Amino acid sequence: MTETRTASRVDDTARAAGAVVLTDVVKRYGRGPGAVTALDGVSLSVEPGSFTCLLGASGCGKSTLLSLVAGLDDLSGGSIDHVDQPVAMMFQESALFPWLTVQGNVEIAMRVRGVGRAERRRRALELLETVRLTGFAHKRPHELSGGMRQRVALARALAQDASVLLMDEPFGALDAMTRDLLHDELERIWREQGLTVLFVTHNVREAVRLGDQVVLLSSRPGRVLNVYDVELDRPRRIDSAPVAALAAEITDALREEVSRHAN
Amino acid sequence: MPTETVKSKVEDTSRDWASGLDELEKTPITETRWGRFASRLWAGTWPKALALVIVIGFWQILFLSGWKDPWALPSPLMVWEELAAYVPTPDYWTAIGITMQRALTGFALSVAVGSLLGIAVARFKPLRAAIGSAITGLQTMPSIIWFPLAILLFQISESTIMFVVILGAVPSIANGIISGIDYVPPAWKRVGAVLGMRGFQLYRHVIMPATLPSFVSGLKQGWAFAWRSLMAGELLVIVAGQGSIGALMQGAREFNDAPRVLTWIVTVLVIGIIVDTLFRAADNKIRRSWGLDQE
Repeated sequence: MTETRTASRVDDTARAAGAVVLTDVVKRYGRGPGAVTALDGVSLSVEPGSFTCLLGASGCGKSTLLSLVAGLDDLSGGSIDHVDQPVAMMFQESALFPWLTVQGNVEIAMRVRGVGRAERRRRALELLETVRLTGFAHKRPHELSGGMRQRVALARALAQDASVLLMDEPFGALDAMTRDLLHDELERIWREQGLTVLFVTHNVREAVRLGDQVVLLSSRPGRVLNVYDVELDRPRRIDSAPVAALAAEITDALREEVSRHAN
Repeated sequence: MPTETVKSKVEDTSRDWASGLDELEKTPITETRWGRFASRLWAGTWPKALALVIVIGFWQILFLSGWKDPWALPSPLMVWEELAAYVPTPDYWTAIGITMQRALTGFALSVAVGSLLGIAVARFKPLRAAIGSAITGLQTMPSIIWFPLAILLFQISESTIMFVVILGAVPSIANGIISGIDYVPPAWKRVGAVLGMRGFQLYRHVIMPATLPSFVSGLKQGWAFAWRSLMAGELLVIVAGQGSIGALMQGAREFNDAPRVLTWIVTVLVIGIIVDTLFRAADNKIRRSWGLDQE
């Protein structure tokens, strides 16, 4: 089951379900003098069942990193080890299919894997209960609000039954109140299901609110600048003083990094 | 204080918060479905009725002015009487049957050929480079231009008419599919890839359904081209023993029977409107269920 891309090294400790190990990951776009290095030697170890936030300004390649872990893009160097292929993934836009009902959108993740009709239905309704959308199974995506659509997208990702969930700025387009609610919901679901979450954001407070560790990336090229362990009790609140204090510290580091690119 | 109680209280608060936010996001429904249906029906009907009255009034004035002899330009009433007398006869319905059978056969074949062609062109880059613009070019050609060649190829036969009908409809249907596939939002394809869809699965579960609105508008346009080609064909290519709409219309013209010619013109118009209504209904159904009709 273990998939090792570029096969150069296989780290046996990475084989526990849910663990993700990145070793010297390099991603370049283009060739020759015009080539752009998006990621330059990113090494990162993610514990099974942990919540990791990837934080950085524009151009740090945080979304690229997720695409690489998801196997949507090819590595230029280094290796990524994890057990699941494909891993579950969620994006900023819910990208629900308008020709399917809410339930159909959750089931599609299982249809692809050949799960039987009755089992699909049972599991989809169970997951809609998990994201608290029980009464909306037969609605169409356009009948839901943005926050509700993201919850359906989360249920669809959970339906992949992967132990690793990648999230690419999933709440970036939501209003603050809805985002606040979804932080609570995601935290609850993450703990209930024992998922390993890799969460990309450019919102420092969001990263501190959610993460066990916050990985700060530099921009152009993307490198790991610092890894912050967030040892605050859960459930957390985004407006609590300890969250704000750590967020301020990380924001300073981020500003320093961004200023480096000033002319 | 037992921690259990605190935890369940937090749980309850969050549940209420979620359902409260969901409730506030809902748009209140002000009108019943039937009320909306009735007002929409009326809004769609009265302009049509008014337009019809104006056209018939103008026609009556033209008739009364004596611009043309009554045998060439009959009055609305004369045509109405002919219509009332002719519609109940078997000849009328047989002709419609023959014509509609040709139209549906030709259209079905066009859908099959056009869909396969569309998918092939959208999928294979060299094929698109080779014939992509030729398909659009074909679409702009008046189909009547093909008849001399078709008659040489197939003589005066059903095949001649089919050949031209298919040539007329295929480009629109193929183009509908091609542009549909081209404009599938990348986000949907990415979701498909994340869910583990490869090759055929991606087509089956994402690309084909996503193409539906564009496919339906291609079908609608394809039908219009097929129908026009068929009418031209039936007037030009009169197959012995096949009393189609076009054949009977040519017959009526030879007998200077203007009311009957106009009866057929009205019939063809009505068929066109009925088919257009069907396509429009399909289109509206898709738009509504996809949420494309919201402002």
